[in-house]
Amino acid sequence: MSLIHASAAQLLTQLESGEITSVELTKACLAQIEGADKQVGSFLRVMTDSALEQAESVDARRKKGEKLGLLAGVPVAIKDLLCTKGEVTTCASKMLENFVPPYDATVISKLKAADAVLIGKTNMDEFAMGGSTENSALGKTRNPWNLDCVPGGSSGGAAACLAASMAPLSIGTDTGGSIRQPASFCGVVGMKPTYGLVSRYGLIAFASSLDQIGPMARTAEDTALLLEAIAGYDPHDSTSANVRIPAYSQSVKQPLKGLRLGIVKEHFGEGLDSEVDAAVQEAIKVYKSLGATVTDISLPHSKYGIAVYYIIAPSEASSNLARFDGAHYGHRCDEAKMLEQLAKERAELEAKGDEEELKKLDTSLVRMYRQSRAEGFGPEVKRRIMLGTYTLSAGYYDAYYLKALKVRRLISNDYETAFKNVDLLIGPTAPTPSFAAGTKTDDPLAMYLGDLFTVTANLAGVGGISIPCGFSKSGMPIGVQLQGPPLAEERLLQAAHMYQTATDWHERRPELS
Amino acid sequence: MSLSQNDVKKVSLLARLLLTEEELTTMTGQMSDIVGYVEQLGELDTTDVEPMAHAVEQFNVFAADEVAPSLPRDEALANAPKRDDECFRVPAVLGE
Repeated sequence: MSLIHASAAQLLTQLESGEITSVELTKACLAQIEGADKQVGSFLRVMTDSALEQAESVDARRKKGEKLGLLAGVPVAIKDLLCTKGEVTTCASKMLENFVPPYDATVISKLKAADAVLIGKTNMDEFAMGGSTENSALGKTRNPWNLDCVPGGSSGGAAACLAASMAPLSIGTDTGGSIRQPASFCGVVGMKPTYGLVSRYGLIAFASSLDQIGPMARTAEDTALLLEAIAGYDPHDSTSANVRIPAYSQSVKQPLKGLRLGIVKEHFGEGLDSEVDAAVQEAIKVYKSLGATVTDISLPHSKYGIAVYYIIAPSEASSNLARFDGAHYGHRCDEAKMLEQLAKERAELEAKGDEEELKKLDTSLVRMYRQSRAEGFGPEVKRRIMLGTYTLSAGYYDAYYLKALKVRRLISNDYETAFKNVDLLIGPTAPTPSFAAGTKTDDPLAMYLGDLFTVTANLAGVGGISIPCGFSKSGMPIGVQLQGPPLAEERLLQAAHMYQTATDWHERRPELS
Repeated sequence: MSLSQNDVKKVSLLARLLLTEEELTTMTGQMSDIVGYVEQLGELDTTDVEPMAHAVEQFNVFAADEVAPSLPRDEALANAPKRDDECFRVPAVLGE
């Protein structure tokens, strides 16, 4: 198998035996990026020089017989919302186009400690808001299986670079399905770990109670390897779980005996594409053939997940994104022009004698904030800030935000009840396969409904994984989702690996000209 | 519930966003659609349900009370759109 198609586990074996060097591997990935990324657009920036330096350093240390980290010499792509010291980190926004963080996110520090080669920063929906990567202000990413289709979102670049064999491992983030849905659309594996398992320190926050960083790869085994490298307690993150991290890369191959799967009946109704339905039903049969038992389970409040999510996530976003004010970092409007415009508005109102409107006129500082933010943020980000500001405002807080928090509890209770009877839940990752670019951009609600099967895991804080389970007639990948109780990542990975030993969907690659 | 353009204009000030007339019109329609959709939560009786703000319910997580080096001033100011040697620069706020 060529270097770019091999799994990270295979590559590590070859690196350790001296069959290949990290420099050779990194160069192969860089060459694939050079060739294929003009079409796919996965990367916002390729860190060629620093990646080669890291690879050379790992090779030299390996030669000396030094003890190396878990990912020694293996390239990893990073979603561009993890602060990386000295590297531009943009969140795919004009707001942060020139932002250079003065520190590393904990996940970046952990990857460096694991001796991974950081190969580049991947494209995403601006501030991780979206389901198609069409909200990036800095470039388009296309689905490697069909360049007219979207890669999913918001970790669209992170998923597409794996499918197009540009890197064996990739880091994404998932606030409502942003790892699992693009993994499903691009035919790769993506895991949203239990909330708190991976530190969020240095992640540019969107909705803090839902955001979670997670591993993406082409196999469950590689996903386990990457999760092991990035998980763990971090005193810099007060929501970080202080638990022992299992050796996922070792346990992933242990088959699960007597696995009890629950089929969420609410996930198989109206709105589910028939081809997705058929592919997931086939996946369930595979599990049965491997000895799993299957029972019907109900998550009765799951149908409210989108409504709850689109109150909570924008509310948290409106607060988190208040820090982008054009004063401390990020985009600032042209001040001279702004002041000139403001003076003009004042003069017009004075000439009209409109005292009431004059009182409402922005001060220059407020206008600087408003205009900088208007120029720096794209339409989806503005929409969510507006929604969150509205639902948190006086008079509406109880009706929207507090109500959503209560329904969130009911959703979480549903999971707790379900996991008393089964080990994992199984169902579709997304209601449809990838769709043509541009088809949902004017209808935000239609786009939001694509998160129907994924958001509830974020609301409850449980873990979920998407694995490739088939293709539509038009050749687009389909994903099956497994969800587990809190901190059951070992079980999720083992179940995913079990499926991949019996199927070959994950071995298929798109043909790029 | 349907939002008026005036409601959306008020929210845009609270949100510190300056919207064009066209954006206000589009935003009013889209926000009304979304707010209308989320109102389905009204179907549920949640009288005795405890709100859940976070999946990890931790309270009073304190950092150790230890002196640690802070970010050097130059690094803290490095990304500022406007600065002098010591401070962030913003438009004048006094005397307006």
